[in-house]
Amino acid sequence: MQIWLIPALPLLGSFILITLGSRLPKKLIPAVGAGSVGLSALITIITGYGFIGDSTKVIDCLVWQWIDVGGLSPAISFHLDALSLVFIFVITFVGFLIHVYSAEFMADDDGYARFFAYLNLFVCSMLTLVLADNLVLMYFGWEGVGLCSYLLIGFWYAEEKNGYAARKAFIVTRVGDTAFAIGLFMLFQNFHTLNIQDIAHQAEQQWMVGSQTAFIISLLLLGGAVGKSAQLPLQTWLPDAMAGPSPVSALIHAATMVTAGVYLIARTHVIFEFSPDALLIVGIIGTATLVLAGFAALTQFDLKRVLAYSTISQIGYMFLALGIGAWSSAIFHFMIHAFFKALLFLAAGAVIMALHHEHDMFKMGGLRKKLPLIYWTFLIGAASLAALPLFTGGFYSKDQILWLSLAGEHGNLWFFLFALLGAFVTSIYTFRMLFITFFGNEKTHVHHVPGSGMNIPLLILAGLSTVGGFIELPHSFGHFTAFSDFLKPVLPSVMVLEDFEGIEWIVQLIAAGVALSGVYVAYFFYILKPELADELKSSAADLHSFWFSGWGFDSLYDKLIVKPYVLLSNINKKDVVDKLYEAMVWLAEFFNRLLSYTQSGILRWYIMGIVLGGILLLTISLFKG
Amino acid sequence: MILILFIVILMVAGILAWMVARTSETLARWISLSALLVTFGLSVYVWKYQSSLEGQWIAQFILPWIPSFGISFSLALDGLSLLMLMLTFFLGIFSVLISWNEIKERVGFFHFNLLWVLAGITGVFLTMDLFLFYFFWEVMLIPMYFLIGIWGHENRRYAAFKFFIFTQASGLLMLLAILGLYFIHGGQTGIFTFDYFQLLDTDLSLDVARWLMLGFLAAFIVKLPVVPFHTWLPDAHSQAPTAGSLILAGLLLKTGAYGLIRFVVPLFPEASAEIAPWAMLLGVVGILYGASLAYAQTDLKRLVAYTSVSHMGFVILGVFAFNEIAMQGVVMQIITHGISTGALFVIAGTIYERIHMRDISAMSGLWKKAPFMGTVGLVFVLASLGLPGLGNFVAEFLTLIGTWPASHVLTILATIGIVLATAYSLRLMQKVFLEKTEESRSFTDFSLREKIIVIPMVVLIIWLGLFPQPVMNTVKKLIANQFNTEETIIIESDDDGVQ
Amino acid sequence: MSELQATSGLLLAGTLFMLGLIGVLIRRNIIFMLVSVEIMLNAAGLAFIVAGSKWAQPDGQVMFIFILTMAAAEVSVGLALILQIHHQLKTLDSDAANTMKG
Repeated sequence: MQIWLIPALPLLGSFILITLGSRLPKKLIPAVGAGSVGLSALITIITGYGFIGDSTKVIDCLVWQWIDVGGLSPAISFHLDALSLVFIFVITFVGFLIHVYSAEFMADDDGYARFFAYLNLFVCSMLTLVLADNLVLMYFGWEGVGLCSYLLIGFWYAEEKNGYAARKAFIVTRVGDTAFAIGLFMLFQNFHTLNIQDIAHQAEQQWMVGSQTAFIISLLLLGGAVGKSAQLPLQTWLPDAMAGPSPVSALIHAATMVTAGVYLIARTHVIFEFSPDALLIVGIIGTATLVLAGFAALTQFDLKRVLAYSTISQIGYMFLALGIGAWSSAIFHFMIHAFFKALLFLAAGAVIMALHHEHDMFKMGGLRKKLPLIYWTFLIGAASLAALPLFTGGFYSKDQILWLSLAGEHGNLWFFLFALLGAFVTSIYTFRMLFITFFGNEKTHVHHVPGSGMNIPLLILAGLSTVGGFIELPHSFGHFTAFSDFLKPVLPSVMVLEDFEGIEWIVQLIAAGVALSGVYVAYFFYILKPELADELKSSAADLHSFWFSGWGFDSLYDKLIVKPYVLLSNINKKDVVDKLYEAMVWLAEFFNRLLSYTQSGILRWYIMGIVLGGILLLTISLFKG
Repeated sequence: MILILFIVILMVAGILAWMVARTSETLARWISLSALLVTFGLSVYVWKYQSSLEGQWIAQFILPWIPSFGISFSLALDGLSLLMLMLTFFLGIFSVLISWNEIKERVGFFHFNLLWVLAGITGVFLTMDLFLFYFFWEVMLIPMYFLIGIWGHENRRYAAFKFFIFTQASGLLMLLAILGLYFIHGGQTGIFTFDYFQLLDTDLSLDVARWLMLGFLAAFIVKLPVVPFHTWLPDAHSQAPTAGSLILAGLLLKTGAYGLIRFVVPLFPEASAEIAPWAMLLGVVGILYGASLAYAQTDLKRLVAYTSVSHMGFVILGVFAFNEIAMQGVVMQIITHGISTGALFVIAGTIYERIHMRDISAMSGLWKKAPFMGTVGLVFVLASLGLPGLGNFVAEFLTLIGTWPASHVLTILATIGIVLATAYSLRLMQKVFLEKTEESRSFTDFSLREKIIVIPMVVLIIWLGLFPQPVMNTVKKLIANQFNTEETIIIESDDDGVQ
Repeated sequence: MSELQATSGLLLAGTLFMLGLIGVLIRRNIIFMLVSVEIMLNAAGLAFIVAGSKWAQPDGQVMFIFILTMAAAEVSVGLALILQIHHQLKTLDSDAANTMKG
């Protein structure tokens, strides 16, 4: 099977939609958009079938030599192994479901063709990112997804604030990309190649653990990852990115693009392994982000913003997993998260659509009866996000991270405690959201009940969020490790410290207890005693608004960077350098004016001038000679 | 022989267009267009044919001109010149097409000037005689002065004077340096000649070389332009008619870059190595300073002009990094910037034709009325912020990766410039094409003629982004030769694997 | 010719020249200015004649003939200019012709 077809098909779809666009009959637009991604998904599944049983398999595919100068020779060439297979499966499959959902969701929009064109372009870029066999091509896809994210956040461009959010997303992630690019420069200087496999190979020969260069390069790559994955300190763009249509939030800002950072670190894990310090920083960033974003999510009232903060928080878990070297756990959580978060966003989108673009949760309520299917699927997603024990996918993936953060070879008690705190907060805000939206009294009338085009993807994703977890079961409970075995040829597994052998079930019990008690807290404050929640909110108003603003990062950056830059450039709008030349011009004109006074136009003055000049010359010649 | 044809066709067609315009203005336009199409066709033919050749030089043409002073009409073509010529004729075609309806007064004289500027530029890219080089340098200056001064916008006189004085003053410094080199070479060997190849062997003490190089550098960095000699550019670009802006940004600036590569570095290798850190610093200052100014502008053409200042910073940065990758990046930057900025000026021009303003705060939501224009605008905005897949990315990436070994700090600063480029590019997109549409304003999408202009540009910029290799192969020999004769700064690995 | 005659001749020429110069400087009527210029020319001519007779050389008289011819030419051009000025400005005041001042 030709794997270059996988990214090429969505590209073709996008090309058709851009060039023909609205001239296509309306039925054909989603057919092209979803069809191309569907075909890619099909090819992925067929290709992936060959990997089952033999995940050491690698497929390389050179499409053409892109650049070849002075030793730098990145190619448009793809590399498919177990790791990228997991990613392309999620991208094409979840992507396909979201395309199907969008066909109905966006049906009344003017930019129907434009939407699918961007979405297809996104899928193509994302596939390029994960399939790239060299870092330059990866950067290609990396920027491509950034572009599509920009285009889709600002999809409804008539609103100024959407444009602002879109630009913010692009620029903030570009800051991270800059670090990534500098990382590439350093890697090239060190290894004379940017091919990922060659780098891994040479790093093993040239570097030693603790190498300074490895540390710097790791940090630079981490910078790129942090930008794209909305981790501290570059997380500020993601909540605003919710200005885009809900399918976009589901696909780009939950399931796929924001996890590109996780992919980057997993892909270059060899480099990170040479620098334990850098790995520790990855873990710290992940932990800090997951806690901070969790608290921020507690205070939001916009349904999608809650989900956005929860995405940041969940990616924090993935970073934590990467930081402790639990590579396959990070990827496992990525996959399960893609399922349930896409589900949550799509369900939220259906709710928002049903209520005529109402985003405020507090204006919703009682939707359980009106939208039963949405309610049940949302509940499954929420349960998975909160990691309710046993029957949800999220439980298995998150539990693995919690366990390894304590017991893994790079584990650490603080990581574990904060992760546990994060899990507690997660289940509170998740069920707060669920209770406010679906329980209580009906506050807004339901206008539109979603049809089968939207329901079927929801059902499939709900199924996956549940069953998906069963492909990797903990040691204490079934001990089924299909997923990590599958990834083993690419990502080494983490060692569990001997001290902790056998106590895994205790950790699981704690985690389950924490999740359930979170649900109870939410139930207590939002169903049993809603007035208490308001009291709490008003008694800690400052803290509430601090959390609500996402820990004040936005205003900090605004004051520190954005405002001064804009001010400075506006002050200098007329270009201060030009003043230098204007001064020269002014000087010339000054002397010109001075001399032109003598040009009085009175003839007798000129004659006087001649006479005086004559006398002067005569006198001089008299005295000289 | 074909080399002289390039220049003669353009010059003759210019005079012809001027003469026939009295009877038929349309005929004058067609004459210019067909002359450019013919020259473009010729250059593409040469490009096809050159790949089979061995050496650096593809063709040469020498005719004695003033033998007693050692001045000859000497033209030569190598990969770099050829790429420059193709760019010249390519953009030339569009500069004629874009002025088809825009220019209504003195059509004949306009086309005369247009073609003579292009002929001058062609001469600059071809000549291998320094006296002739200076001659063509002036030939391209004077018609450009008329183009800005006669057909420009409201403040055209000021802009034209400023352009003229800056270029002329710096050009005179170059003439001094050329004469200095001529007499030193004559004194040493007894052969008084302006021939480039012979002057290459001049034995210069570092002290003298430094001064002579500064003379050449003056002309080129004013033209490029490098901060702080850039202030003629925003005025000239924003006041010139669309075709003028297209040629200024797309071609005239590139003569500066070409001069750096062709003359400054080969003639004065030691002196330029000595000045390299300062030149690179100026490049980075230009990148950041131009970007910050572009962010503040409200005049669309002025904004694009400042982006040129920013992008040309990469050229001088790469030239003085002295390695193959950076130099390839510079050549790519010259070509892709010519196309992308040219296209942005075309868009600015077509918007101006429709609503007679350049103030971006007064435009908004043009996408809804003109989705085709919006899409094309988007492509070139993205090109200007260096998105992979478009030619500009290849250029900037190669320049930066090549510069990294030469200076870490400057590379980091230049990379930050790309973030700033994102800021100003997206601001342009936002203000012009996005946000609320003013429904009452009538605004039509691109006409067929305008589509004929922009579609090849879009195709080319994408093609260069995905298949840059043919372009790089064309200049490979030149760059290889350059780095064989000099001390090459080999990329050294500073890994610490053996601690 | 005696010393005394030469001295008084030159004195006369100097006086005439000064009178002419003062006339040019203080008169605003352009015709009077022209007349004064003529006086200055003639003063110069007288000085040539005196000098020529003092050294018994013909050059002085040759120069005077030159001056005469030149004066005739100058007057014709000058009068033409005066006519034009009067035509354009409707006055003979030289200060009125100051439209080209800086």
